Amino acid sequence: MSEIAENRQLVVPGEVLAEGMDYLPGDGAYRNQKNILSSTLGLVEFKGRLVKVIPLNGKYMPKKDDPVIGIVKEVGYNKWTLDLNGPYDAFMLVGDASDRYIDTNRDKLASIFGVGDAVICQIKKIDENLAVFVTARGPGLRKLHEGRIIHVKAAKIPRIIGKSASMVKMIKEFTGTRMFVGQNGIIWVDGGDEALAVEAVRKIEAEAHVPGLTDRMKAFLSEKTGKTFEEIEASRPSETPSTGARGFQPPVREAREFRENAGPSGEDDLFQGESE
Amino acid sequence: MSKMSDDKPKFLIKSGKRLDGRKPDEVRPMEMTVGVIPNADGSAMVVCGKTKVIAAVYGPRELHPRHQVLNHKARVRVKYNMLSFSVEDRKRPGPGRREVEISKVLSEALERVVLTDRFPMCAIDVFVTVIQADASTRVAGLNAASMALADAGVPMRDLVVSLSFGKSYDEKGAGHMVVDLEKEEDNWGMGDVAYAVAPALNEILLLQMDGDLTPEEFAKGRQMADEAAKAIYDMQKQALKAPYQEGSK
Amino acid sequence: MISNLEAKRIRDAVASGTRTDGRGIDDFRPIKVETGVVAKAEGSATVSIGGTSVIAGIKMNLGTPFPDRPSEGVLMTGAELSPMAHNEFEAGPPREDAIELARVIDRSIREAGVMDVSKLCITEGEKVWMANLDIYPLNADGNLFDAGVLAGMAALNTAKMPEYVDEQVVRENLKKQVPVAHQVVSVTFARIGDALVVDPTRDELEVSEARLTVGVCEGKLVALQKGGDGSLKPEMVEDAFKRALKHSQKLLKHLK
Repeated sequence: MSEIAENRQLVVPGEVLAEGMDYLPGDGAYRNQKNILSSTLGLVEFKGRLVKVIPLNGKYMPKKDDPVIGIVKEVGYNKWTLDLNGPYDAFMLVGDASDRYIDTNRDKLASIFGVGDAVICQIKKIDENLAVFVTARGPGLRKLHEGRIIHVKAAKIPRIIGKSASMVKMIKEFTGTRMFVGQNGIIWVDGGDEALAVEAVRKIEAEAHVPGLTDRMKAFLSEKTGKTFEEIEASRPSETPSTGARGFQPPVREAREFRENAGPSGEDDLFQGESE
Repeated sequence: MSKMSDDKPKFLIKSGKRLDGRKPDEVRPMEMTVGVIPNADGSAMVVCGKTKVIAAVYGPRELHPRHQVLNHKARVRVKYNMLSFSVEDRKRPGPGRREVEISKVLSEALERVVLTDRFPMCAIDVFVTVIQADASTRVAGLNAASMALADAGVPMRDLVVSLSFGKSYDEKGAGHMVVDLEKEEDNWGMGDVAYAVAPALNEILLLQMDGDLTPEEFAKGRQMADEAAKAIYDMQKQALKAPYQEGSK
Repeated sequence: MISNLEAKRIRDAVASGTRTDGRGIDDFRPIKVETGVVAKAEGSATVSIGGTSVIAGIKMNLGTPFPDRPSEGVLMTGAELSPMAHNEFEAGPPREDAIELARVIDRSIREAGVMDVSKLCITEGEKVWMANLDIYPLNADGNLFDAGVLAGMAALNTAKMPEYVDEQVVRENLKKQVPVAHQVVSVTFARIGDALVVDPTRDELEVSEARLTVGVCEGKLVALQKGGDGSLKPEMVEDAFKRALKHSQKLLKHLK
């Protein structure tokens, strides 16, 4: 009938988190008779009656609607296979590649997405056989033509994005880069001080579990750029719900609105991370 | 070299003291570290006396060959291997019957704790490599494997804590139960048991024995092993948490 | 797998005379050598070159000499791509990449006469010492060749001879050094565009057109291996020789 573990306590699989039937096991936890045990190496979180463990490591498991970056690993006759940095590859069918009609008799699929291309896409469907389907049709979804691709541990993505995308927004503003953080642990960085943005991401990856991350990152980016957070805030264009951080973006290409891990506006929920 | 009967020690234990000075219920000095193979999704090294083992986990990942795919769960595949120079007489590279059998029982022990139903059709590969062998390598390997899985963030019901126990003879030829066998005890002892438990679940996951033991002797040895397992379990927990505690504010 | 954007970044960096990890075209990554790491082996070493680390060990066993060399012992070098070292290395019998690695390391070390096999004879025509040198990657991030040769040499240099007493091999309290006559190192390059980068990482090898390993022993070339499905220009090969000779001096210091 009581909590055994403390909030934010570091636990390993098998450790008892709570006793009694008053609690319910959330992600990273399970019930064993009367107790709730951890099933993951991570940090305990009590939310009302729910006990969960926030994992410190682990592979990306696809979820419907997740924005991800896939790397094309195979071009087929009527579909592409993309590597999602996890145990399950994704398929993109011809009809999901572009708003424009693609004639498989005439158009070469490899000229649309070739092997090695990085594509911002979204999980469209996971079928009963666990085949994962992604789409590149939708605002902001597209092939990436320049910039850098880095891989991080998928478990760290929520911290890299931050509450209401605050962390990624801060990195972008300090470094003057464009970024897209895929839920699957693949990140795109382009323009500005790319190297610093990557360094910041690596720092979050290494210290995600240590409390006070936001303040540390603020201090880190201020020190590296010589700018204060207040200056960054002041230089923000007046925020309206529809533009958010987008006001900071360079001109949009491909005659399509480009949305990145954008600001706190409701319509950008797709690109937001879990809260801290 | 082949066992020569004139190499056989006169006793393995005398007045409660073993050849290396340990008490019957005492394990050898142990050292545990995670993250030793950066490329792996999770890894751990376990040193137990002169036995040194590394486990590296890759997965969950796509399973090849495809005909081995299980539709409803992941397959835990342990490959136990010894470096050719980890033993006195060079071991020929490649798995022999012994390695295949050990790989199988270790896979099965881990299969029970890993939540394999979370990853249908995948493989969770665990490579257990013996760097130096001085008996009890499979149990050291199982400790390392369970830590490597947890380090990789693989969801599991419990860690696996493993050790050997057995019967050693004294100068009069009488048997005494001891835990964590070293080389001489393993070679000449009157019985040895490879044993593993899931401590939180109170389940036995690995049990192999050869020699001769009475049920009472087994019970005594198991009790000693369960007691010793507590310290090993604590060490595993500490090693797994260490990377996240250093430098924390 | 490596994305086209990352591949381009590697090529662009090399074209402008640098590397994505900040190195120059002709810089090795930091090298660390540790010997005596496995007490059960007659000699052993771990070597790391940047993110690549390998372990090498030697076991000396009794064997029968080859009929055409009745008074010589035998040195055999093996290497495998242990599946623990990389996501793409598979368990099972060695594939062609592993066999190539083993043979190139073997050629560098054996063919150069590194070990004085004439001192490994016990009874002519009947009994000799067979030295088995085995090399395993622990973590693979490119250039397993140079790390393997270095680890193999470090293990050989610190190896002790077992004794043969009363038809028994004695491996305790050994003092006598295994007879090592020469010091060999290898230097590996990858061709990326028109440049040859030394000590390539795995990603660099992936985008490279070709690879060249140069085995060097006392100022001479003792082994060469071109790999990769692209080509090398003749002047690149000459350049590689010069640079390999220069690098060999630095690598040898790690064997002292």
